[in-house]
Amino acid sequence: MSAVSRALLLYVGLVVFIVLVGLWQGVANISLLMLQASAFALVALGLNIQFGYGGLFNFGIMGMMMIGGFAVTFISYPVSKTFWTGEGPLWLLRAFIAFAAGFALVWAARRAPLKGGWKAALVLLCWFVAYVLYRSQIDPAADYIEKHDGFIGGLGLHPVIGWAFGGILAGGVAWIIGKIALGLRSDYLAIATIGISEIIRALIKNTDWLTRGTLTVSPIPWPVMTPGDYQDHGVDTTMSFIYARGGYIALTAIVVVIVLFLIQRAYAGPWGRMMRAIRDNYIAANSMGKNVTSRQLEIFVLGSVFMGIGGAILVSILQIFDPGSYQPINHTFLFWVMVIVGGAGNNWGALLGALLIYLVYTLAGSLSQTLFYWVSSWTTQLGWGAIPDIDSRSLQMRVFVLGVVIVLALRYAPKGLIPEVVRRER
Amino acid sequence: MDILVFFINKVVIAGTVLGSIYALGAIGATLIFGILRFAHFAHGDMMTLGAFFAFVIALVFYHYGIFLPIPMGFVVMPLAMLLTIGVALGIDKTIYAPLRKRGARPVTLLIASIGATLMMQGLIRLFFGTGQYSFFDYGEPKTIIKLDMSWAGSRPITFTEPQVLMVIVTVVLVLILNYFLTATRFGKAMRAMADNADLAQVSGINTQLVVRLTWVIAAALACAAGTMLSLDVSLKPDLAFNIILPIFAAAIVGGLGQVYGAIAGGFLLGFAETLGVFNWATILRPLSNVLPSWIVIPPDLSLVPTEYKLTVSFVILVITLLWRPTGIFRGAST
Repeated sequence: MSAVSRALLLYVGLVVFIVLVGLWQGVANISLLMLQASAFALVALGLNIQFGYGGLFNFGIMGMMMIGGFAVTFISYPVSKTFWTGEGPLWLLRAFIAFAAGFALVWAARRAPLKGGWKAALVLLCWFVAYVLYRSQIDPAADYIEKHDGFIGGLGLHPVIGWAFGGILAGGVAWIIGKIALGLRSDYLAIATIGISEIIRALIKNTDWLTRGTLTVSPIPWPVMTPGDYQDHGVDTTMSFIYARGGYIALTAIVVVIVLFLIQRAYAGPWGRMMRAIRDNYIAANSMGKNVTSRQLEIFVLGSVFMGIGGAILVSILQIFDPGSYQPINHTFLFWVMVIVGGAGNNWGALLGALLIYLVYTLAGSLSQTLFYWVSSWTTQLGWGAIPDIDSRSLQMRVFVLGVVIVLALRYAPKGLIPEVVRRER
Repeated sequence: MDILVFFINKVVIAGTVLGSIYALGAIGATLIFGILRFAHFAHGDMMTLGAFFAFVIALVFYHYGIFLPIPMGFVVMPLAMLLTIGVALGIDKTIYAPLRKRGARPVTLLIASIGATLMMQGLIRLFFGTGQYSFFDYGEPKTIIKLDMSWAGSRPITFTEPQVLMVIVTVVLVLILNYFLTATRFGKAMRAMADNADLAQVSGINTQLVVRLTWVIAAALACAAGTMLSLDVSLKPDLAFNIILPIFAAAIVGGLGQVYGAIAGGFLLGFAETLGVFNWATILRPLSNVLPSWIVIPPDLSLVPTEYKLTVSFVILVITLLWRPTGIFRGAST
């Protein structure tokens, strides 16, 4: 069986699976699942660029998604009048000036005409002074804003602009991370990126003046007509959900198709060949005159842009930005399972893996819930009593299922369902 | 003097306790890296699992009304260690060994260990929910020891009985490990394999046995660390994820593959975390009589806010990786 017909067969199987789930769960439900899956697919494609094309071990996907989520919240949430008319902006301006002054201080110290230990000590001292200076300004500013306005609010622009901003912001942060961390060996890079994404999570969770932290921001506007809008036009409740989600899916599908088209073209072109060369043997690629570090930085930033956009789209769908809800399992490892099961290096594989694993992951929760209730009624009849807290426990089954899937995939199908096709020109 | 006592209570004791737990965890992680050459992500969950084994066994004892003069968690620890070792050997046989046989790259094993993490975490939460447990909720008292310092000031030095035992157990375990690694045949074989696996194999060392031995040591130490952590604070199913990164940080700071480096790294990070969130205002307050009146000491003068306590470890980890990726003591590379 050729690779193409195998892929086609798998996609037909996926469609049949989606239809079956739709018959089981109802159209409104499956449309929501597919909507969220499309956002996850975008992130999985981003990871596929980084890992599949470039061989980079980015385990900090969660951080990129949180940055995207913050960006869309900031852009699309309504403007806060009390913040902009109060003293908040002035306080922030002072903090910004302190930050700039500290930055200048460190910058100057790094160019000081000193040598060896003295210079290191001076730089360290300047870092400390800059930190104290910034903290002395930002802390009262944060207190003031949190007391008077809650948080700084948004800009009230269209969510799609927010998605773009999410991509740009994530790309910018990825550039900084890549600049400092990309020289590391593969497993060190994995640990470093996990650490960095935890730092990003702690920052977003605790800077209440900027992100409202664990108090969460909602409702974040939809980019298309909401179910409520349809209901105002006299559509009944169930159909309004289907229409609204269908409209949103159309929008995200356009984004996914554009991204897929672009990265597929890039893969087939000289750029893609160069990336594969670097992935497979960076020493040889380096000796052929390719700048390995800057190419890897390029691919790291590009993948992170898609992760940022995906994270932004996800927050728009959920209409709530809750930094406390981000977990490495749901927002980092899930994508690794998707890409490995689907087939690293093959975009169609990554897309298939994303949709399939997302469905399996969410359905495993409700399936085990059903199973648990069934067992529970059985134990009740036996007189052993019901199983306590079924709902919270059965959700944990999906974590177990995810672990089993990744272990089985690594053992029996290490190249994935749709493996990468390496075309060789004669 | 009161200030010194306050410093001891807040930093020295807390840092030592946290440091010993990090050190025990980091030794296991670093040994696995030295022998098997991959970052074992499931180590944090092994600690949680060990803690839950100890908890369940202790519950059985409590159920029959057996209470001993020392906390039950420490008494049942050897039993829990045996169970954890069994699980670790089982995981190695079913998940890692087939991948190793295929000659998979270390990073593939890393991803497989994430799979193992997810499986263990799912199972632990399935049985224990997401709530908090404590060894001391079942009638056993948590003895608080107060050293009278009345000759020097009003404040006593305060710590708990588990904290004392914890430090003793850590020292004993480290001494045993030290003896094992330097003086026994198997320990030497282990160090030889960590140095050069192929050379060790051709010189007749049973590498399979060494691998199993590594799991035994790592799992036993992980169980001890997890149980002691839950004796000090509380037992939570998501204990693991908060602790695996500081442990890797400790192992990397100390140089992967270096046992003594891991111990040093563990204590370094434990103290860094407690010092990072320590409120220096209390120490500086007596100076306010001396200082000119325009300097006001703010009520909160910690280096980082308490919410960022764990972040201190990650920052140290990232800085170490950038500044000296092989660690302070030069570690093994793949």
